Amino acid sequence: MAKTGTFADSLFKGILTVFAGTIILVVIAMIVMMFWNSLPTIKEFGLGFLIGSDWQPASDVYGALPFIYGTIVSSVIALILAVPVSLGIAIFLVEQAPRSIASPIAFMVELLAAIPSVVYGLWGIFVLAPFIRNYLGPFLQDYLGWLPLFQGRLTGIGMLTGGVIMAIMVTPIITAVVRDVLEVVPTSQRDAALALGATKWETTLIVLENASSGIAGAVVLGLGRALGETMAVTMVIGNAPQISASLFEPAYTIASVLAANFAEATDRLYLSALIEMGLVLFLVTFVVNAAAKVLVMGVAKGTNAARQA
Amino acid sequence: MNKIRNISVLAAIVAFVMIGFACSGAPLSGTSDGGDGSGAMRLQGSGASFPKPIYEKWVNEYQKVHPDVRIDYQSTGSGAGQKAILSRTVDFGASDDPMKDEDLAKADSELMHIPTVLGAVVMTYNLDGVDKPLRLTAENIAGIYLGEIKKWNDPKLTADNPDANLPDEDIFPVYRADSSGTTAVFTDFLAARVPAFKDKVGASKQPNWVEGVGSGQPRNDGVMGLVKQTPFSIGYVEIAFAKANNLPTALIKNPAGNFVEATIENVSAAAAGSAAKMPADLRISITNADGENSYPISSYTYILVYKDQKDARKGKALAEFLWWAVHDGSQFAKDLHYAPLPQEVVGKVEEKLKSITSGGNSLLENPGK
Repeated sequence: MAKTGTFADSLFKGILTVFAGTIILVVIAMIVMMFWNSLPTIKEFGLGFLIGSDWQPASDVYGALPFIYGTIVSSVIALILAVPVSLGIAIFLVEQAPRSIASPIAFMVELLAAIPSVVYGLWGIFVLAPFIRNYLGPFLQDYLGWLPLFQGRLTGIGMLTGGVIMAIMVTPIITAVVRDVLEVVPTSQRDAALALGATKWETTLIVLENASSGIAGAVVLGLGRALGETMAVTMVIGNAPQISASLFEPAYTIASVLAANFAEATDRLYLSALIEMGLVLFLVTFVVNAAAKVLVMGVAKGTNAARQA
Repeated sequence: MNKIRNISVLAAIVAFVMIGFACSGAPLSGTSDGGDGSGAMRLQGSGASFPKPIYEKWVNEYQKVHPDVRIDYQSTGSGAGQKAILSRTVDFGASDDPMKDEDLAKADSELMHIPTVLGAVVMTYNLDGVDKPLRLTAENIAGIYLGEIKKWNDPKLTADNPDANLPDEDIFPVYRADSSGTTAVFTDFLAARVPAFKDKVGASKQPNWVEGVGSGQPRNDGVMGLVKQTPFSIGYVEIAFAKANNLPTALIKNPAGNFVEATIENVSAAAAGSAAKMPADLRISITNADGENSYPISSYTYILVYKDQKDARKGKALAEFLWWAVHDGSQFAKDLHYAPLPQEVVGKVEEKLKSITSGGNSLLENPGK
C-alpha cells in the first residue's frame, strides 16, 4: 500500500513537472523561432530597424519606430483612463455598495470582458469615433488646444480613439482582479481601522495599501491585453505609420500591423520584418511585466517593513 | 487511495498520448489527394477576396450539375493566393492582379493565368449635400492621395464640378492598410497617368503612401465603413461593396476625355477596348483602356492553374469547372456586379484550358459536355 502510494505520488509529480516544463519550452521555442525567422531583417537593418521611422514595404525599407511609439502611447492612454476608473469601480463594489447593487454591477463588468474584440471595433467606428469627432475632440481643442497633443484635424479616427477603446476593453479585467484582491484583505483590518476612529476614506486607504501588490498585478494584466490588442484597435486607430504629437492623428500599433499584413506578406524580407516586429512586441511585453514584478516586490517589501516597525 | 492512483494513471496516459502526438511529427492535415476513387472529388482554391461572391455562386451552381465535385474557395487575398499555388498547397490560386515575372519564375512548372470575370474599383466619398455624382480625374485623385489637394473646394475639383456645392473642408483620404489587389488596380490606374504619383507612391499591392496623408483600413469593408462614418472622407473600394451599401460613386475621366460611370457595360467596354492587345499569357492591365465609354479603373481577376496537372482526375475536374465557369457561369456575373468576359477573350481562355495536360495527355477531350 505504502509502496504503490509512493509510486503514484512520484508519477503524479513527474507528470506535473512535464506540464510545467511545457510552458517554458513553448516560450523558448517561440523566441528562438521568431529570432531565427527575423534574421534577414536583423542582418539587413540591425538596430536601424528599431530606430528607423520609414515603413515602405514596396521599397523594402523597414523601420519599426512608428509602431513601437504607437503601441506604447496608445497603451499608456488606455491605462491612464482605465486604472482610476477600474479602481473606483472595484472599491465601490467591495467597500461601499450593498450586495443588492454590487452583484448586478459585478456581473455587468464581467460581461464586458466577454465581448469579442471585433464588436468593440465596430462600436468604436460607429459610436466612439463620431463622439470624439463631434463632442470630445472639439471640447479638448477649446480648453486644451494650446497643447500640441490636441491640435490638428479631427476625423474621429486616431491615437486617442485607439487608446479610449483599449481603456474600455481593459477596464473589466483590471476591475475584476482588483475586486478579488480587495475581497481577500481581512475584514479584521477594516474593523480595527474603524474601531480606532478612522473614516471610511482612511479605512479604504489602509485596505488599498495592503492590496497594493495585487493591484499592481491587475494593472500589468490590463497592460498586457492593451499591448496585444489587435482587431478593435486596427479598426479605429487609422493605421498610418507616423509619429505625430497630436493624439487626433492616425497612428499604428505593432499588433495592428501584424493583423492587417501577416497573411499577405509574401516577400521574404517583408515577412522577416513582420516577425521581428512580433519579437519586439514580445520583448516589450516581457520587459514591462518584469519591471512591474520588480515594482510589486519593492512595494510589498516596503509594506512589510512598515508593518514590522 | 485507489481512486487517486486511478486518476494519476489516467493522467499519465493522457500526458503520454499528448506527447506522442506532439513528437510524432506526422502531418495532421494536408491537401486531400481526391484520387482515392471513392466519394466526391475535392478541389481546393484560395486567393483574391474581390471575386469571392461570384466564385461562391459558381461553386454552388456547379455542385447542382456536378454533385461529384466539391470545390472549396477561401478568400485569403491575392498575395496569399499566389503564395498558395506556388507552394502547391491548393489546386488553384486566385489573384486580382497578374503575377509579376519574378514571382512567376518561382513556379516549378508553367503556371497559367485564366481570367474569369471583370470588376471595377470605384471612388466613394462622404459629402452631405452633394447629390450628383462627383466628377474626378486621375490627376485630381492623385493630388488628393499625394496631399497636394487638401480641401474639397480646391479650384481643381470645382472646375470639374461647377454645380456641386463643395465645402471648405479638409479631404480625408482612406486607403487599404493591407496588401490588396484592389490597391494594385487603383495605383496602376493613377501611376500610368500621373508621373509624380508613380515616383512617390508607385503601383503595387501595398505602395508607399505619403506620410501624414489620410488613414489606412484593413479590407474593403474597413475602407467602406470608415468612409461611411467620416464626413469629408474619400476612399476606393470594389464596386460590389459600394453597390451593396448604396454608397455614392464618382464618375471618372477616361483617356478619351469622358467622365464615365462604373457600370457593367463600361467595364466590358474597357475589356473590349484592350482585347486586341492581350498577350499570349493573358496577363494584362486594362486600366485606362481606349474607347469612348471605357471605365478606366477596371480589371480582370484571374484563377491560377498549373498547365501540367500532377493528378489527371483532379486536373480534369478543375479544367471542366473552369470551362463551365466562363461559359454557363457567366450568366450569374451581372447580378453580382461583375462583367462577364468579352467573347474574344472567352475564345482565348478556351485555348488555354484545352492546353491543360497531365503526363502529356490533354484533359479536356470534348469540352462543353
